[in-house]
Amino acid sequence: MTAMTDNALQASPRAMRDEMVVFGLMAVLLAIVPWTGIYPFFVMQALCFALLACAFNLLIGYGGLLSFGHAMFLGTAGYCSAHALKVWGLSPELGILTGTAAAALLGVVTGYISIRRQGIYFSMITLALSQLLYFIYLQAPFTHGEDGIQGIPQGYLFGVFNLANATTLYYVILAGFLCGFLLIFRTINSPFGEVLKSIRENEQRATSLGYKTDQYKLLAFILSGTLAGLAGALKVFVAQNASLTDVHWSMSGEIVLMTLVGGLGTIFGPVVGAFVIIAMQQYLASFGQWVTVIQGVIFVACVLTFRRGVVGEIAHYFRLSL
Amino acid sequence: MQALYAQLLVGLINGSFYALLSLGLAVIFGMLNIINFAHGALYMMGAFCAYFLLNLGGLGYWWALLIAPIAVGIFGMILERTLLQWLAGLDHLYGLLLTFGIALIVQGVFQNYFGSSGLPYAIPDYPKIAGFNGLQGGMNLGFMFLPVYRGWVVVFSLVVCLATWFLIERTRLGAYLRAATENPTLVRAFGINVPRMITLTYGLGVGLAALAGVLSAPINQVRPLMGADLIIVVFAVVVIGGMGSIMGSIITGFALGVVEGLTKYFYPEASNTVVFVLMVLVLLVKPTGLTGRAA
Repeated sequence: MTAMTDNALQASPRAMRDEMVVFGLMAVLLAIVPWTGIYPFFVMQALCFALLACAFNLLIGYGGLLSFGHAMFLGTAGYCSAHALKVWGLSPELGILTGTAAAALLGVVTGYISIRRQGIYFSMITLALSQLLYFIYLQAPFTHGEDGIQGIPQGYLFGVFNLANATTLYYVILAGFLCGFLLIFRTINSPFGEVLKSIRENEQRATSLGYKTDQYKLLAFILSGTLAGLAGALKVFVAQNASLTDVHWSMSGEIVLMTLVGGLGTIFGPVVGAFVIIAMQQYLASFGQWVTVIQGVIFVACVLTFRRGVVGEIAHYFRLSL
Repeated sequence: MQALYAQLLVGLINGSFYALLSLGLAVIFGMLNIINFAHGALYMMGAFCAYFLLNLGGLGYWWALLIAPIAVGIFGMILERTLLQWLAGLDHLYGLLLTFGIALIVQGVFQNYFGSSGLPYAIPDYPKIAGFNGLQGGMNLGFMFLPVYRGWVVVFSLVVCLATWFLIERTRLGAYLRAATENPTLVRAFGINVPRMITLTYGLGVGLAALAGVLSAPINQVRPLMGADLIIVVFAVVVIGGMGSIMGSIITGFALGVVEGLTKYFYPEASNTVVFVLMVLVLLVKPTGLTGRAA
């Protein structure tokens, strides 16, 4: 059996250098967006999803765990941040912290349950857990059911930065994204990340080498959930609402799709995939349900012919580590 | 007490669908090593097939019960030949992703043409034997009023489940199937066409899903997304029961339906979530599932 990702090359000084160069380019490109006339809300939304997909990718690409329930972190963080901001009147930084902490806590609980099984069962369990949360949020009074939490105040971050200003908000979101991205990047290249990769390749062997694989998987799951939560908390400021769509299974599917399109197990793939899918949804919004059909076709096409994804194919062609 | 019995019956009916669907998932997983995410979409196609047969072809329920599983089964076999067979040797997870894509396509196409609202499908009013008006109406059992159609669904599903169990565990064809699940190369060496068996197995599993769809059409209405949420519950059922044993899938399916029905009576707020909560409990106590071996 071939592993799902074969494009993560050995960490070498050259690979690290390539990755840092591309990271620098990405950061510069994203930093000049407000001066290019590109609609900033589109990029902000894409950045939130990019961070979400990167967090998801940490699990599948480096731990071999395909979570089909990552929407639960997005939605939980969104609801908790929104509630903290609107009802408790907390400041933005505390709101983000509340949402992210809630997602981290959820990661501890759901991770403890779901890593008890591997492979296909892990996917089914995460999907079922997120559906469980969906029904809880559907009935819980604080989420306002089908209406969701709307009209969330943006406020002043650290009492200084006015988040109602689109440019300020953009840079705050960008900073959040880059911090999350760097944390994932650092994790992948750390000794912890190496052990994670060895578990993906051969769990029995990692166990026989003395690693407590369950602890590594749980920690990766919690980290992934927390960062997905950060994405959800940031998204609250962009969308100014928190709704059931963010917890629905179709959202989990979209996260998988973004990562698959960009390239499973590549560092930059999820970012590219998120921009591609969000752009597609924007341009095809008038086609209604056909968007679902197109997403399905992309899934099928990617799995059958394009398993490396956009970035994975480029990296493979140029023999780079991206 | 009437309400309790009624909810128990609803639970048994849902249990029938869980059993038929998880049975199909287990059979498919055994042969193809794929978790068929498209199972819910194919269940929905079964119900739509019955709807089309009635409204376009003038063929009623009893014909649908025969034709829909075969038609959707053939559709499934085409899917297997054109798409799924290329996944052999790849990680299991690609099968999940591919069939998820297929589910999105099928559900999206149906949503485009039929929206999200339900289409009615009447309970058949023929044959009229011994005072019965087809499967319409009901009978008084003394302790409760039993709608005939609901009783029929439970009994018929049970018969189909047991027949499938018999086919796989007690016949020569089933023996080949089980052998091919264990060691396909060796079975091929004995001159048995394993790829064809894989295709037929997928067709069988899909046919069971379509049959469940036809059975549910008069109860749950025909909707493009009728299988989308159901399949997630069935996944939880599969996690609880494990996919190692056919009888295990059947029993777990019915049992969880009954538990859900009881929850609807005693604590309705939790009826949507009880199966998932049970899944969590089972994972905490016995991670391999009730009948499963270590995966």
